[in-house]
Amino acid sequence: MGRGVVKARAFAYVRPRTLKEAHAAFDAAQGDASFISGGQSLVPALAMRLQAPQLLVDLAGLDQLRGVRLEGETLRIGALTRHAETLTEPLIRRHAPLLAAAAPFVAHPAIRNRGTLGGSVALADPASEFPAMMLAMGAQMEISGPEGLRRVPADEYFQDLYQTAIAPGEILIALHVPAAGSSHCWAFDELARRRGDYAMVGGGMMAERAGDGLRGVRIALFSVGPTPVRARRAEAVLEGRAPDAAAIAEAQRALDGDIDPMDDAEIPASLRRHLARVLLGRLLAKLEAPQ
Amino acid sequence: MTMTAPGPVPLALTVNGSPLARMVAPRTTLADFLRTELELTATHVGCEMGACGACLVLLDGVPVHSCLVFAVQAEGQQVETVEGLVARGALARLQDAFHARNALQCGFCTPGMLVNAHALLERGGVPDREEIRDALSGNYCRCTGYEAIVDAIEAAARAERGEGGAR
Repeated sequence: MGRGVVKARAFAYVRPRTLKEAHAAFDAAQGDASFISGGQSLVPALAMRLQAPQLLVDLAGLDQLRGVRLEGETLRIGALTRHAETLTEPLIRRHAPLLAAAAPFVAHPAIRNRGTLGGSVALADPASEFPAMMLAMGAQMEISGPEGLRRVPADEYFQDLYQTAIAPGEILIALHVPAAGSSHCWAFDELARRRGDYAMVGGGMMAERAGDGLRGVRIALFSVGPTPVRARRAEAVLEGRAPDAAAIAEAQRALDGDIDPMDDAEIPASLRRHLARVLLGRLLAKLEAPQ
Repeated sequence: MTMTAPGPVPLALTVNGSPLARMVAPRTTLADFLRTELELTATHVGCEMGACGACLVLLDGVPVHSCLVFAVQAEGQQVETVEGLVARGALARLQDAFHARNALQCGFCTPGMLVNAHALLERGGVPDREEIRDALSGNYCRCTGYEAIVDAIEAAARAERGEGGAR
């Protein structure tokens, strides 16, 4: 095994066929277990021994976590849907176009072939694209727990750094996204030093066109704090208005009250604030609508 | 479903077209399984955390980092390594172009580059240089500065379409 320096500690492995079995396996390990889907964040964490569970419960055998389908006004995206599928799945491209817009910025192509939307949203890395897009789209997370299934709106789902409404032993099974229609517009962008790097600041927005103005504006930023952040003040400025130069400038000023970034080793808070304003301007200038 | 111990468990999968069955410890990555158990050492292990791209293989036809997949997760799936791609001649044009353009120096990153380049060319057409760079954005090369690699992939794509060889 080579030098043996970046290897996971020994663990047992199961691939349950039902949610009931998955929960039972987790309980049998008395919580000393991790669920794995695509594993693109978990496997390196295991290799670096940031985590060392006794048991890995592979979600790949759970059919309930698969598939993308329209359920009335909502698009149900199974948690095991891979990042790359957001670029090819017609239902996602049509009804959750923000995911397709964000996907090219998520890591690198080979990671996108393997990583899953559910895994990304369950991990809730504050610098990650897809979790923030759940917030921008107003999605609901469907979670399986001891009491059965429940749904948690994105606004309540993200709680703190890597902390979500998912309790230990619970499983994110699907993302329910309000289906975008012909009146919606959206935009995604991020500012990163290199392609595929974590963004210094990123964000996405959804809105409906109502006459010349925007309605139901939702803007979510990432890499600006411990969780993805709604830009509620900027949204309020834009509500009912056309995104013209005056509205954009006003929204950019309002944005300062929406975020509270910290200084870190690479980027001072003041730079992140500046980049967030730049980013919001770009989002509003590039709003896309259905073809 | 029964609780397994951390010791070896049965694994059945297809590697380079051949079905095979082995016992494997769950902690073994697909990369280590290929290299140590099957002695398929074209798959290189660099960073072991999905950053360098030297370990790319095709899993059910798409490039993935074999260091970020445990072998047990590949149960029932099709794995294709550089050895398999070479054996069926799928890399011939890329190999010619890499050679002609000196698109490698130490060669450590080359298998990963070839797997990604192969997947890119399988999409058909001649990708532009920006697309090639994007496709390789997860592949580190510390020798060449990438320019020759992008040249070689572009040349191979043109050769595929009969537009002349490496430039």
